[in-house]
Amino acid sequence: MAATTSATAPSREDGSLPGSARGRKKPRRSYSVGRGAVPYLLVLPAILMELLIHLVPMVVGVVMSFKELTQFYIRNWGQAPGAGLRNYRVVVDVNGAVGSALLHSFLITCAFAVLAVGFSWLLGITGAILMQDTFRGRGFLRALFMTPYALPVYASVIIWAFMLQHDNGLVNHVLHDQLHLTSKPAFWLIGGNSFISVVVVSVWRNWPFALLVIMAGLQNIPDELYEASAIDGAGIWQQIRRITMPSLRPINRVLVLVLFLWTFNDFNVPYVLFGQSAPPAGDLISVHIYQASFHTWNFGSGSAMSVLMLLFLLVVTAAYLAVTSLSNRRSNA
Amino acid sequence: MPSAYRSPTARPMSFVWTRRIVLTLMGLFAAVPVYVMISTSLKPLQDVTDKFRWFPGRLTLRPYVDIWHTVPLAHYFVNSTIVSAAATGLSVLIAIFAAYAVSRYRFKGKRIFTITVLSTQMFPGILFLLPLFLIFVNIGNVTGIALYGSRGGLIITYLTFSLPFSIWMLAGYMESIPRGLDEAAMVDGCGPLGALFRVVIPAAVPGIVAVAVYAFMTAWSEVLFASVMTNDVTRTLAVGLRGYSTQYDVYWNQVMAASLVVSVPVVAGFLLLQRYLVTGLTAGAVK
Repeated sequence: MAATTSATAPSREDGSLPGSARGRKKPRRSYSVGRGAVPYLLVLPAILMELLIHLVPMVVGVVMSFKELTQFYIRNWGQAPGAGLRNYRVVVDVNGAVGSALLHSFLITCAFAVLAVGFSWLLGITGAILMQDTFRGRGFLRALFMTPYALPVYASVIIWAFMLQHDNGLVNHVLHDQLHLTSKPAFWLIGGNSFISVVVVSVWRNWPFALLVIMAGLQNIPDELYEASAIDGAGIWQQIRRITMPSLRPINRVLVLVLFLWTFNDFNVPYVLFGQSAPPAGDLISVHIYQASFHTWNFGSGSAMSVLMLLFLLVVTAAYLAVTSLSNRRSNA
Repeated sequence: MPSAYRSPTARPMSFVWTRRIVLTLMGLFAAVPVYVMISTSLKPLQDVTDKFRWFPGRLTLRPYVDIWHTVPLAHYFVNSTIVSAAATGLSVLIAIFAAYAVSRYRFKGKRIFTITVLSTQMFPGILFLLPLFLIFVNIGNVTGIALYGSRGGLIITYLTFSLPFSIWMLAGYMESIPRGLDEAAMVDGCGPLGALFRVVIPAAVPGIVAVAVYAFMTAWSEVLFASVMTNDVTRTLAVGLRGYSTQYDVYWNQVMAASLVVSVPVVAGFLLLQRYLVTGLTAGAVK
């Protein structure tokens, strides 16, 4: 692109009248002098905002994790004494109260993320493949499927909180009163069941995103592939296995990663569903760190937890990308 | 669109029936909570605290009147609108400039820029919540600029949440606009900004609209930073909606009515423009 503009500019100058060329020379030269800076000026606002809101706070967060940053130093955190590795030692000490609670929350979150991503992806790919043909009501269904994703999270998750109420909720009404599946109404927002609740709500909210992305991916598969395979006598299931799934592999690779990171980091769903105090079975890590930090105002150990969480996500992402690119290469060979 | 071989008639009945059943079940999964929201919002409080009933016995519009008095919902509405609109406008503008640079220029550090920006989207919000809180509080102490608790602080925070996706999607969209167009404009004496505003932006309107909807939705729906960074004056809907549950009572019918009211703007916008989102995602994925 840069090459083409510089190639056109001199030729125009050659072709134009001498007088007008001189008249235009000045602005054009200043433009070509400044041109190297143009892309940087264009991205500058974006860089400044990213620096202010993401990158600098991240560095500050790492610094904080090495400080004794309790409530006394919030307004003047430069004065907070250094803590060395003490914060980290406390949060990874699985025999201590803080460390064992964090480990428990971490394991719950891993199980939650794997289940929620798995089901979201499964529903997304099923829906996308079934809606590949045009049929009556397809547009309506697509809008309906997208609605949970479009609803603001604090509005939609509150509906679930109502549906999962013990006495007046829909879920117990259906399971207990109408289908008689449980001997007595269950508790869904406290106790062990809260894990199921948060997985279901998260899937309900996130699978439309998987659907949207996979539908976009399906649009890129050329019709000729299906045509040719139909002439060869391939049935639908064979087409799905031989054409659809392999073509979606690159999209799936990114989609699953993005879904995992969002689900693992998710704060909104558990926070709105359970309110201020999450039950142990639904104690997801973002809410856990939030509560650990703002209940005790110990930002130092809260930051240490966040940094560990980020390191874990970086390792998982790197390992995932390495493994998937390896298996990609192998299947192509 | 699909040719004859992909028409429903070519499918075996077993597939058609599987499709009908599975899509119906998925439709119910998506629709039941929405139905519960609508039907509950039309019930008197007494019917809501009793056992759940699929069909409301008595219908009332009372909750839609009460929601404005139980909590200062209109005030939260104004706050959310100001914050979301400002964050959207700034985010889209900044994203247009950055996307234009990424799609039209070769420059040193471009790859690092795109990768860094995209990866910030993946960071856990909780990671920079605590430092950002501290930074805002301390900026306020030193300079007197109140970012903590102000709408301004929330606006600049929210605009960065949608920025990475917006840049990525708009850059993909601008790639699909022929370069010959803006080169011609530059030959005619436009500077790079002139070419951007006269040629590229008009051609990228669908992509820009889709990005704007996404940015607005992101800001309108955010909970974590809204719970920490707002006070009584600047409170947004995300936090304000909690006001319907007191320690002893939850006005579920009002909760549902308020949820419906605050959802309508974003859901309507999203559903109208989801087609553009799919197009934009496709353009981005092709790259």
